[in-house]
Amino acid sequence: MHELSVCQALIRQIEIIAEEQHAVDVKTVYLRIGPLSGIEPALLAQAYPLASAGSVAFGAELRIEIAAVRVRCQHCHAETEVLPNRLICGECGDWHTQLIGGDEMLLTRIELVKRSAVLMEAQHV
Amino acid sequence: MCETCGCNVTHGNRHLAYAKNELGVSAVTVLKNLLSENDSQAAHNRAHFDQQKIFVVNLMSAPGSGKTALLEATIDALRDEFRLAVIEGDLETENDAERIRKKGVPAYQITTGSACHLDAHMIHTALHQMNLTDVDIVFIENVGNLVCPASFDLGQHANVALLSVTEGDDKPAKYPVMFRAADAVVLSKIDLLPVLDDFKPVLAEYALRQLASSAPLISLSAKTKAGLPAWLEWLREQRAAQGERVRRGEIRRPRIQGDGVRFHAASV
Ligand SMILES: Nc1nc2c(ncn2[C@@H]2O[C@H](COP(=O)(O)OP(=O)(O)OP(=O)(O)O)[C@@H](O)[C@H]2O)c(=O)[nH]1
Ligand SMILES: [Mg+2]
Ligand SMILES: [Zn+2]
Ligand SMILES: [Zn+2]
Repeated sequence: MHELSVCQALIRQIEIIAEEQHAVDVKTVYLRIGPLSGIEPALLAQAYPLASAGSVAFGAELRIEIAAVRVRCQHCHAETEVLPNRLICGECGDWHTQLIGGDEMLLTRIELVKRSAVLMEAQHV
Repeated sequence: MCETCGCNVTHGNRHLAYAKNELGVSAVTVLKNLLSENDSQAAHNRAHFDQQKIFVVNLMSAPGSGKTALLEATIDALRDEFRLAVIEGDLETENDAERIRKKGVPAYQITTGSACHLDAHMIHTALHQMNLTDVDIVFIENVGNLVCPASFDLGQHANVALLSVTEGDDKPAKYPVMFRAADAVVLSKIDLLPVLDDFKPVLAEYALRQLASSAPLISLSAKTKAGLPAWLEWLREQRAAQGERVRRGEIRRPRIQGDGVRFHAASV
């Protein structure tokens, strides 16, 4: 279960960004994960509450977009969507392909509440 | 009119102020690899190794596929040719490091406790505890596990995945992340092939090519030494090629975390 290690790394990244942005709360965390990243999205989501306990990232909603596995053929140059264990060209069947998607494990976006927004809110209520 | 700040929040439009609560949420686009912290540490380790002109190989496989046995056979064959050192990763025990030390080669044991893989920080600690002066090749024996180790760059130059003939020839199809990350695949324990007549090496190779991998498949037995020369030759070639790269100032990363990550991080 290396998803816990990965999740702890994710929390550290969120904390750094939250600090830079003067955020008081993190609402939503967007990830893009490919089947060839070696990360099981369900296990990552399971690890999240544990790994984020006591941090600004705790309680945020985790939205995981699964990236498609795509290859570019070096023979016919077609770009096709393929299965994770069948990375041959979907057009001509050649196995000399380059992976162009499906192994990513990216933190893509964070929605957070900045301290300034909270102050403004307080003034308005 | 709000008394404190003079804004226009009234009972009638207070719900808009709550909408403002939603608007108070700012979005930050990040596009950062989740393991970028590990990757920076790995790059740092690689710089250490390159500076000392050391070729580093990471061995990965399921538990018991014969990683330590292959290292023992490799030490016997290459002890007069290269100076070797080994970093051993296991959940518990010093057993594998002891086996290597018995062969007269320095070995540093990392016990990971509950972690099912080595990471770049553990390797960094190890390399500063070891005397790597004049060492030519460092072998890292990763924790026996066909899943987790494949995601973590350690600073090595090449990945080798072992597949023993007792595991079934469809393993590359079942564990594409691991086998796609391999620069060479070793088919181990081939002395057992006569009794395991349902293992077809050609099917293992077929499954590997289905992963668009051009990695050589090297069949050997650490026990009988059959096929060992091809493995030793691969090591010599790779070490020489790595020496050339260092002379040209090139950095070599293994196939771990392939092209897709960089592509997407750059293009989105
Ligand atoms: N018949 C045969 N047995 C082998 C061979 N290589 C290893 N073994 C046996 O397989 C078992 C495991 O070998 P190890 O070298 O300890 O395997 P490992 O991959 O290092 O194991 P872990 O570090 O625990 O993951 C031992 O009983 C070895 O004697 C081989 O080439 N032929
Ligand atoms: Mg071992
Ligand atoms: Zn794991
Ligand atoms: Zn094609």
